Amino acid sequence: MTARSVLVLRRRRVAVRLEWRSLLVCTVLAIAVMSVAVLALMTGSYQLGPDQVVSALAGGETGLVHTIVVEWRLPRVTAAVVFGAALGVSGAVFQSLLRNPLADPGIIGFSQGSFTGALIVILVVNGTYLQLVGGALVGGMATAVVVYLLAYRRGMQGFRLIVVGIGVSAMLESINTWLILKADLEEAMAAAVWGAGSLNGVSWGQVVVGGACIAVLLLLAASLSRPMRQLELGDAAAASHGVRVSPTRLGLIVVGVALTATVTAASGPIAFISLVAPQIARRLARTAGITLAPAAFVGALLCLTADYLAQHVAPTPLPVGLITVILGGGYLGWLLFGEARRRL
Amino acid sequence: MTILAQRHDGPDATTAPGPRRRLLGLVTALLVLSALLVLSVMIGSTEISPSVVWDALFHPSADIDQFAIRDYRLPRTLVGLAVGVALGLSGALIQAITRNPLADPGVLGVHAGASFAVTVAVGVLGITDIQGYMWFAFAGALVVTLMVLALGSTRQGQSPVVMVLAGVCVGAVLGGAREAIQLTDPEAFDAMRSWNAGSIVGRPLDLLWPILPLLAVALVLALVVSGPLNAMALGDDLATAQGVHPARTRILAVVALTLLAGGATAIAGPVAFVGLMVPHVARWLVGPHQRWIFVYSILLAPSLLLASDIIGRIVMRPGEIPVGIVTAFIGAPVLIVLVRRNKASGL
Repeated sequence: MTARSVLVLRRRRVAVRLEWRSLLVCTVLAIAVMSVAVLALMTGSYQLGPDQVVSALAGGETGLVHTIVVEWRLPRVTAAVVFGAALGVSGAVFQSLLRNPLADPGIIGFSQGSFTGALIVILVVNGTYLQLVGGALVGGMATAVVVYLLAYRRGMQGFRLIVVGIGVSAMLESINTWLILKADLEEAMAAAVWGAGSLNGVSWGQVVVGGACIAVLLLLAASLSRPMRQLELGDAAAASHGVRVSPTRLGLIVVGVALTATVTAASGPIAFISLVAPQIARRLARTAGITLAPAAFVGALLCLTADYLAQHVAPTPLPVGLITVILGGGYLGWLLFGEARRRL
Repeated sequence: MTILAQRHDGPDATTAPGPRRRLLGLVTALLVLSALLVLSVMIGSTEISPSVVWDALFHPSADIDQFAIRDYRLPRTLVGLAVGVALGLSGALIQAITRNPLADPGVLGVHAGASFAVTVAVGVLGITDIQGYMWFAFAGALVVTLMVLALGSTRQGQSPVVMVLAGVCVGAVLGGAREAIQLTDPEAFDAMRSWNAGSIVGRPLDLLWPILPLLAVALVLALVVSGPLNAMALGDDLATAQGVHPARTRILAVVALTLLAGGATAIAGPVAFVGLMVPHVARWLVGPHQRWIFVYSILLAPSLLLASDIIGRIVMRPGEIPVGIVTAFIGAPVLIVLVRRNKASGL
């Protein structure tokens, strides 16, 4: 790798290193996110022009246009951006931790576990929305803890964690299949839509609460990002640089799981963004390891675009998670084949 | 990419048990399988005495219990036997060609392809009869496996890693498309949720007969490639030096495993973990010789499937749990114990 231009901002003991290329990539991605957001705010059964959207956002509109843009469409668009960013960062954290480009919070059984929790609330307890959120969180977190404990044996090893995750996910998946099999058709379908990951009916309340949690978690992730990069070099090398290996790793796992948990609670598990975003970001920013900020922007752009496609391009409105699976799977395949072919 | 890069040991790497112990094990496995076949006919939601079972098979009459045996439990048992053999052998084949001890027919996209094709048959074409959509499942499995094989081929030949990646990606994309159809079509969703669990209940023998010749062809192919696959465990270069054609062997093996996994999935739906787990147990019992692994897998996999099916009938009496759910519950802990103890051969 050639020497790269680096901008270092210092203020007393805090130094922020900004790599020009990452900065440029993030700026371009931010512009793309805003463009798609405006497009999403324009489109719907009541079409609006870009000028109307911009003036509604600036507070210049009243009446119907204001209601459509700010109260109906904006929560969903905001949710897509914030949740997408959270998923991107969560994936980046896991891929860096496990040093495996296929790692993802789903690997530690999180998505299946939260789906099991949600299914039990929807189908067995007949609970409220709040209980659904609680069930999803408890299910996901409990699964993550179980997988971590089962995989822990004289230290943590990425390969073992992945295999244990596959095993536990398979068991939970069969519980989920069983619950759906036993339920009424209507309830089972509602549960399956949630399980596919959908932003339908996201309200300002969910966006504000979820967004606040995500903002705190993103700050925590940013504060852990330097030791995270050092852990990529190996435990011994990181320790010699003064990184406290075990607490850092545990902290990163908690932040990664909590980010996914927040999104899952609000929208159901939206697949593949956490897997694909860090990989796309790494290629765009041409960094050697995993970096958080570009992953967040790519995640936001992916989630927003997928939700737009799911709502307006598919013949019937679909859960966004189905679009991310299809797009993400295809793109990941293309990326990995390219890389595998080059290496052969 | 650690998960994909693990390799088996070569045939000489571990101390393989001697021929006497292997034969003894073979006889034991046969006895266990026979016992499970008998139990599978005898045990069910209603108690039927052994003498009635005997009469149903050898002195048929119009007795209602005899009908239950002949029309329900006997087909179920035979279907379980065939599906088990097919799953076990396809698992052993895919682990041999990908040199990945965690590979499973599901990984090559077999389940995803079959499941997608069945969804299209049910949701788009309105076919609701399993005899109708069984062939869609088979064709789906076949097409997707060939697609994965093509995607997994590089200019230098097939790479195990790329092949598995291709399977994962194609599987994910088809899974999304399948769910999209199901979630917009309640009828397809309803039909698919029981198929998706993986079950051998209510499959008449008419379903099995057309598949059997295909399974027989696959069985022969598998035995033909077992020797060359042994040589290839040491790497393609060494195998070529011994006069083996790696590419040809791999293609034959993939054809065999597609027929086996496709046939099993067409009849029973996706049954998890049998193809993953059984070859491990076989390798642990007989060492790394492919032909022995194949033979043991053929005996052990139907035993596991039938035992799981019997457990599924007992634990929720008078209700039943589909066999695919039971195998996941047996298979996953075994996988976890194996990886924790580092006992999984090649892990």
